[in-house]
Amino acid sequence: MKMLKATNIYKQFNRLEVLKGISLEVNKGEVIAIIGPSGSGKSTFLRCLNHLEIIDKGVIEIEGETMVSDDDDGQSQYVPEKEVRRICKKMGMVFQNFNLFPHQTVLENIIEAPVIVNKTNKEEAAAIADELLHKVGLTEKKASYPSQLSGGQKQRVAIARALAMKPDIMLFDEPTSALDPELTGEVLKVMRQLAEEHMTMLVVTHEMGFAREVAHRVIFMDDGEIVEEGPPQKIFGSPSHERTKAFLNQIL
Amino acid sequence: MMEYMSRIIVPILNGTGVTLQLFFITILLSIPLGLILALAKISKFKFLRDMTGIYIWLLRGTPLLLQLFFVYFGLPFIPVIGIRLGRFTAAAIAFILNYAAYFAEIFRAGIQSIDRGQYEGAKALGMTYWQTMRRIVLPQMVKRVLPPVSNETITLVKDTALVYAIGLGELLRAAKQIVNRDAITSPFIVAAVFYLAMTFVITQIFKKLEQIYAVYE
Repeated sequence: MKMLKATNIYKQFNRLEVLKGISLEVNKGEVIAIIGPSGSGKSTFLRCLNHLEIIDKGVIEIEGETMVSDDDDGQSQYVPEKEVRRICKKMGMVFQNFNLFPHQTVLENIIEAPVIVNKTNKEEAAAIADELLHKVGLTEKKASYPSQLSGGQKQRVAIARALAMKPDIMLFDEPTSALDPELTGEVLKVMRQLAEEHMTMLVVTHEMGFAREVAHRVIFMDDGEIVEEGPPQKIFGSPSHERTKAFLNQIL
Repeated sequence: MMEYMSRIIVPILNGTGVTLQLFFITILLSIPLGLILALAKISKFKFLRDMTGIYIWLLRGTPLLLQLFFVYFGLPFIPVIGIRLGRFTAAAIAFILNYAAYFAEIFRAGIQSIDRGQYEGAKALGMTYWQTMRRIVLPQMVKRVLPPVSNETITLVKDTALVYAIGLGELLRAAKQIVNRDAITSPFIVAAVFYLAMTFVITQIFKKLEQIYAVYE
């Protein structure tokens, strides 16, 4: 069984076609880096996977459960909202702009969803939060508010917050793009550690070093399509498409 | 002298009691009603949004004094439901309905000022719309609406003087009666001091609330 299977995904924004038939299968423990120029649809694709965007056409299955598929007329049909929410809970997401809750402390941010959504009792949730904070190296920031943290610290809290829901798949939407260059390292280190623990990860990123060293598979997207995919050595060493070459030349 | 002072102060204190009662019942009921209206105004149901829009337009678009007259003098003449309300009840209903409309717009603007990312962050964690509202959006809204709510609250203290027009014995009316009775103007000064004291307390309370909420950001 695939952890995640997206088939022929189409998505438009006001007639602008952003995704033109994207298909992707992800195995358990696989780390996938999605790269490509801005406007290529890579973030939109990631957001479609956990229902932050509604797709126009296509099939999304998470751990064998269908979240959305096409009906007989070719219109996409989502399973009922409650089911969508249950299926999406298998995925955690980390955003470019962190989206931490500013009115809550670091600890409160992390236990919020376990307590409110999963009805875990507070003590238990706090114990798990302590472990996660230790893991991302922010134990001493537990009582701080997000506004008192650096960008790198915020993103590490955001990762801990997502992990607190015990997801099977982690989606990262340009997790280091909003950070000062000297702060990206601490976030990438945490992500690398997750990869070593065999977390299934989809990472939309501009960090080619991370894609090269950590990803098992690199997907190159351009203009709403997957142009090329393969192991990092192949994509970075001997890309077969002109567009891939042009993109890599530009950024490396 | 002392005896004369008490002949001024006692009726004014009684009037202040009525003013405060009207103030508190209006605040306590118009804020929750305003919140419900704000949520209806941004609901996904167009009918609900439209109805709320009309309600707010009517209540903000006509004078509070007219609404007060309508509830007290007008309602008894409406066929079938025509009821005559007591002065205080009529005043309270008019004030609650009117202030709820203003609070609704303040809350709506406050809710809509919360970044989309907050909704997405909550959704990605599996939270429902109502969980997101209750736990994430509304608590942040409270901080942002404190200054306009403080304004409205101060306005309300002074608006209570309008019920004078339907003969309810509040603070200003009590002062005016003494002025007429004794042909002196000092009761107006006393009334002004009472209004200032009430708005001072409200200002201090909101200042304190803003300090409490300043802990984040």
